[in-house]
Amino acid sequence: MARHIVARTSDIPPGGNKVFGVDGRDIVVFHVNGEFFALLNRCPHEGAPLEKAACVARLTSPEPGIYQRSRVGELLRCPWHGWEFDMRNGQSFFDPKRVKVRSYPVAVESGEELQKGPYVAETFPVHVEDSYVIIET
Amino acid sequence: MSDVIDRPILAEEEAAKSRLRIIDCDVHPSIHAHTDLDQFLPKRWQQHLRTYGSHLRTPYIGTTPYPRSSPLIARRDAWPPTGGPPGSDLDFMRKQHLDPLDVEYGILQVLDLFIFSQQNLEFGAAIQRAINDWQLAFWSDRDPRLKASILAGQDDTQFAIAEIERCAKIGRYVQINVCPRANEPLGRRRYWPIYARAQELGLPLGIHVGGYGGHAPTGGGWPSYYVEEHQSNAHTMAAQLTSLVLEGVPERFPDLKIVFIEGGFGWIPSATWRMDRHFDAFRSEVPHLKRRPSEYVKQHFWFTTQPIDEPDEAKHLRSLIEWVGADRLLFSSDYPHWDFDDPRFAFKTPLTEAERRKIFNGNARALYKL
Repeated sequence: MARHIVARTSDIPPGGNKVFGVDGRDIVVFHVNGEFFALLNRCPHEGAPLEKAACVARLTSPEPGIYQRSRVGELLRCPWHGWEFDMRNGQSFFDPKRVKVRSYPVAVESGEELQKGPYVAETFPVHVEDSYVIIET
Repeated sequence: MSDVIDRPILAEEEAAKSRLRIIDCDVHPSIHAHTDLDQFLPKRWQQHLRTYGSHLRTPYIGTTPYPRSSPLIARRDAWPPTGGPPGSDLDFMRKQHLDPLDVEYGILQVLDLFIFSQQNLEFGAAIQRAINDWQLAFWSDRDPRLKASILAGQDDTQFAIAEIERCAKIGRYVQINVCPRANEPLGRRRYWPIYARAQELGLPLGIHVGGYGGHAPTGGGWPSYYVEEHQSNAHTMAAQLTSLVLEGVPERFPDLKIVFIEGGFGWIPSATWRMDRHFDAFRSEVPHLKRRPSEYVKQHFWFTTQPIDEPDEAKHLRSLIEWVGADRLLFSSDYPHWDFDDPRFAFKTPLTEAERRKIFNGNARALYKL
């Protein structure tokens, strides 16, 4: 599994996202509630760009008239047909076994750690005071 | 991994795509700003638009039906970077839709200002007339791929005929659009003068879903949810197909071509089977019909594909296309709306080369004489 250092954590503002070309694929990284999630930038349905998705909450209703919001900002709502996916693993809620977006493990490591390891970014300037977003593909 | 994303377009379809350009029968242009209409709208109605705006057939005056699932019912990626609503920037439409999808022609369908739903018929007529001119000046003149439709709401029949004559003289419109939710079912004789003129001019009659009629969109009343209302588009289309056929419009106007736009096509088989069966039992009530309803449907009506049905098993879509007939279907994307269909991925079943040619290009080319 290859590790790709794609950005400084500060490059992706909270609630925002950024697309990176990695190995010929467009991967979109979301920054939500202090965490980073990486997914293929393509809805499995008709191919809409997920970078334009709405980041919404999960809305459930245990019985008519009772509504619960949870996991605020962690659900992706496709910009075209509104299909919803779990940002953590790319699964859809309506058909989790069959329909999902490819997701990638994401790590955040400090520049200091990166300098010590074998994955020093050759094309990125490394400042030891910053943290970096790393995608595994 | 999803079985959907991993299902590639068949190799032969990919090869065919390079040879086959698409005719998209449902493209929505938007007015960037209402002032764009000023040059086509008499001062009296400019003032009216600014002072009173729309007076619609909605239960609560002044309520707007948007956002309806997505702001301005649009794809979230369709907002032009230059500002303005989705569909209002020709350059962006070219870049996002017409060029990458290799659209040979796009048939314009204007919904702005709730054209057919204005309670004030005079104001509605003024807007329709202005938008008919605007379609040419802002779209067709600037990109010859984009073809305009004559908007002519049928509840003001006199206006509709006059507007059809005016636009037909200009000679650059490919279709006459009427309202899917008029005061009465579309088969009623009060609307026949419009059908007679459309037949004489050889222009297809386009019926695009939407608008706000004075009647509930379902036979059961007003739905609670948008998802219910969206579902009811198919009911409305089925009701209008039934009315047109059983009141004898295709019998009376055998050369009239009628296009149902944005109603999908999954509902057609059962609606037609049922009409045939009932006709067998009740034909003495409608002796003006010389043939079974399905025969009229097969010869006089066309249906755009979006929103395409997506049954769990692809073979069911396959059967549906066979039942309706590949010669009846016209590809449409509904760009830039939220339920847009991408021609490369929307058909979750393989099509033969002959079917692809008909649905994505040939049928529309012949129908609209492109």
